[in-house]
Amino acid sequence: MRTMSTMRRKASRLASAVGAFVLAFGVLGLASPAQADVVNPEMPFKISGNVQNKGEPIAGVTINFAGGGGFAATVVTDADGKFTAGVPEKLADYTVTVDETTLPDGIAVIDNPATEFIEANVQTVTVGPGGRVTMNFFIGQGERHVTSMFDQVVQRLISGLNFGLMLALASVGLSLIYGTTGISNFAHAELVTFGAIATFGLVAVMGEGLLWLAIPIALVLSGVLGWGVDAALWAPLRRRGMGLVQLMIVSIGLSLGIRYTYQFFIGGKTEQLPGSGAERFNLFGSVSLSIIDIVSMGVSVLIIIVFAWWLSASKIGKATRAISDNPSLAASSGIDVDGVVRIVWIIGSVLAGFSGILWAYFRPGIRWDMGGQILLLIFAATTLGGLGTAYGALVGSLIVGILVEGSSLFIPSDLKYVGALVVLIGILLFRPQGILGRKERVG
Amino acid sequence: MDFLGIFNSSISFIIAPTTIAYALATLGLALHFGFGGLLNMGMAGFMALGAYGYAIGILSFGLPWYFAAFVGIAASIVFALILGIPTLRLRGDYLAIVTIAAAEIVRLVLLSSAFGGLTGSADGLSGFNGPGGTVTNPTVGAGGFNDSNPIPPGEYGFVPFLDNERTWYLRIVGIIILGLAIFVVWRLVNSPWGRVIKGIREDEDAVRSLGKNVFAYKMQALIIGGVLGALGGLMLAFSTNVNSSVYVTSLTFFLWTALLLGGAATVFGPLAGSIIFWVLQAFLGLVFPALAEAGLMPFTTIQAAQIKYIIVGFALVLLVVFRPQGIFGNKKELTFVK
Amino acid sequence: MSSNGSSSSPVKSTGLHVGAIKPGVAKKDPILVADGVRRQFGGLVAVDVAHVEIPRNAITALIGPNGAGKTTFFNLLTGFDQPNEGSWSFNGKSLAKISAFKVARMGLIRTFQLTKALGLLTVMDNMKLGSTDQNGENLRASLFPFLWKKKEGEIEAKALEILTRFKLDTKRDDFAASLSGGQRKLLEMARALMTNPELVMLDEPMAGVNPALTQSLLDHILNLKKEGMTVLFVEHDMQMVRHIADWVIVMAEGKVVAEGAPDEVMKNPAVIDAYLGSHQDIDLGAVTGRITLPKIPKEK
Repeated sequence: MRTMSTMRRKASRLASAVGAFVLAFGVLGLASPAQADVVNPEMPFKISGNVQNKGEPIAGVTINFAGGGGFAATVVTDADGKFTAGVPEKLADYTVTVDETTLPDGIAVIDNPATEFIEANVQTVTVGPGGRVTMNFFIGQGERHVTSMFDQVVQRLISGLNFGLMLALASVGLSLIYGTTGISNFAHAELVTFGAIATFGLVAVMGEGLLWLAIPIALVLSGVLGWGVDAALWAPLRRRGMGLVQLMIVSIGLSLGIRYTYQFFIGGKTEQLPGSGAERFNLFGSVSLSIIDIVSMGVSVLIIIVFAWWLSASKIGKATRAISDNPSLAASSGIDVDGVVRIVWIIGSVLAGFSGILWAYFRPGIRWDMGGQILLLIFAATTLGGLGTAYGALVGSLIVGILVEGSSLFIPSDLKYVGALVVLIGILLFRPQGILGRKERVG
Repeated sequence: MDFLGIFNSSISFIIAPTTIAYALATLGLALHFGFGGLLNMGMAGFMALGAYGYAIGILSFGLPWYFAAFVGIAASIVFALILGIPTLRLRGDYLAIVTIAAAEIVRLVLLSSAFGGLTGSADGLSGFNGPGGTVTNPTVGAGGFNDSNPIPPGEYGFVPFLDNERTWYLRIVGIIILGLAIFVVWRLVNSPWGRVIKGIREDEDAVRSLGKNVFAYKMQALIIGGVLGALGGLMLAFSTNVNSSVYVTSLTFFLWTALLLGGAATVFGPLAGSIIFWVLQAFLGLVFPALAEAGLMPFTTIQAAQIKYIIVGFALVLLVVFRPQGIFGNKKELTFVK
Repeated sequence: MSSNGSSSSPVKSTGLHVGAIKPGVAKKDPILVADGVRRQFGGLVAVDVAHVEIPRNAITALIGPNGAGKTTFFNLLTGFDQPNEGSWSFNGKSLAKISAFKVARMGLIRTFQLTKALGLLTVMDNMKLGSTDQNGENLRASLFPFLWKKKEGEIEAKALEILTRFKLDTKRDDFAASLSGGQRKLLEMARALMTNPELVMLDEPMAGVNPALTQSLLDHILNLKKEGMTVLFVEHDMQMVRHIADWVIVMAEGKVVAEGAPDEVMKNPAVIDAYLGSHQDIDLGAVTGRITLPKIPKEK
């Protein structure tokens, strides 16, 4: 187990650099352009980063740099925990050491919380051809622990299941919409974001105590949005008999328009819903869950069961499946296609909105483009299960969720979405009807 | 409010390097979609490969800039082959999803710190255009694109096109590349080859039944369009640093907006569309904040600067719904077939 | 029966077969031979042809009820679909695993049931696409007009000549999308002629064609034979089949169930019962041998 951790150490260190960059970039881009403590600013290349304890910057930490040719430098982190050192060479390795004696009492350099692997207080970084590198030190309560492989696998599986259930809520809606209207709806991402933003807005107005009320209202608003977009845009286009390619590009334009509208209102920062920082409690070993995780998975399962019942037993559910199978036959046998499609848009939007709320807790955080971040995963899940089949989308989502979370055991976590995208392409190439879809000729 | 300044800044985008880069990539999309019917939603990936191939060629392999440019082009050709061999038999909307996913894979790999030594990870790459030579490593970047500039230092032109020798060199190189590209595409689509490609757009089975190797034609179109995308990426790399955060799916969607503005099945539409796109972007991006600052709009200046993107999205919707042939397209020759 | 609406009754080719007439009978000079061609979609056997030969320089009709597998058989023969098993050859050359465009280049050209006129190309461009020897379709050559301009002129002249014959010459600069359904059928046939085919396979050339154009289409098909081509066509209109076909092949449930000269085949009680529908009470399975029915006493 220990060797495993050691082997992964390098990858995780690389991964953490990205996390640090995103963090650093976020701070730089939005808040005060605070100056990091800088040494050797006249040198052409840079190593920079920050030091933080549970997201709180730590000032006054001494960091030493050493490199080839006897290069040595020392910086002290500034009020934002940031540091920058100029270095003379690129395409060269530097050793960066946190002087642990300068840390506040009782804490030390610990695992990167994003990767759950051990970070040493001494790191080697390579200044690449770009001449700049960013790195990060995570500081926490000083106990060092080794996570067993088994615990990691279990943790990833639970995480993947949680992520997959959340994806499922979004993808069954997308799948229903595709099945009944043929639209590859890129704007589905914005329906996902809407649920989270609406909840956030309502909580801001009503107060954190009314979260339980804010969520249902946000879902009703999601449904209203879905109904509104269908009535204002999709229904008229359907009546015009617009082609599928045009509809897809319309959905892309809609997606861009709505996405930047969100940014217009909430800006580029990340917001949190109440309870997103909930304590995690240990199940066994180092496997831990938060109450949010449990509620989120439980409610997802419940909603999916209700949805499955609706689809298989209710009159409208049956009509929906009939339209997916054969729209013209369904229309000629007296089904009100427009009416059913309207309901599909409403239900799909409500499900997407709910998945957005869960996604806000899972990420965690609300951002204007949060739906766009998982749009291709939703497409992957839908395609994997068979485009237009709701149950397939459910199975596909669970597979994609576990694949994404599980793959970070083996590949750098900043490449974890790549695995799912490769599967998406592979499925479209070799089994375009999906794993549960019926065989049909795809030209 | 400095109306003249805003006006001049906007007008300068008519021949800005970015506009030329967009025009090249959009021209590639026109060949793909407007003439060949290939729904490529991954143009950002081709551009990224062009730009990164060039930068990595210089920084990691020490190639002269003009050879490195060919590395970028070669990378896009390889990408087209890898993408095209399995996917060109897929139907339209499937191809769109595959290409968008492939472009995202390219971006994520370029962003990943796993290959940070080559790609610069999230920092991207810089310093490859010269003027080269750092104290410790005088070879990297030396003799780069900037050093090949024959124009003596100084300011040239007239407002709003008053710029230094580097910007003018970029523009001239860009205009030459774009001019050649437009000529080649014009030549191609007005030849019997172009006739076959347009036939494939309409109905590939019919063209197949006439004895044409449809797959080979689609592959040729995919490669040529992809190379145009890579040239667009090169143009961006000539003018500034490369960073994976530029080559996102939104870039592809902006290119589509420019394409549909100008007319998808036209040769000059991509250029016209890119110019309109960028001049409007620049204008709206300046005029709204200026209005907000003057208290004429009830927003913050940051919000006002966002409005242009919202307009892009809804403009794309309106274009497809009301004028799918674009501003310059033939009214009868609607580009959307099925 | 006044099946003969044309001024001159077409000259029928006779003596095409060798030996007694039965499904799969050998032909004197077959242009296309298929053996054991079988295509399954899931559990459904769409085509299961044991043996069939198409006679050269004759007009052969392929008839059969809906779902008999005629169009699937067309797709298999022309490389647009791959069979699960079987072999078939054109002019003695095996076509198994040959892609559709190569089949077309060998001189076996087909049209489609749902007309595939290239809507946003002009009628003239549609025609020019049919030419097989335009060097300018090669990517590199296309950049240098002097390499193909002369050929383009010859192709245009030929296209115009065919268009005139098909009375489409006035539409030469119109988009194909603006043509009527019947005109598109004509255009598709005219375009096929641009390839100088040996065997023309027409999938329901008469479907959806307005009656005013029917005669002209019939004459064009007869002309193909006069010019030395072989025609195989799928058709539901028995009038037309009787009028122009030299040979008729009947398919049902994927199998060839009968063949022969039109008048004989139409007299075959099995064909009449199964296909022409005068006796709806006999199951098709009885014709293909899938099931045996008790003898039904003949009505008067």
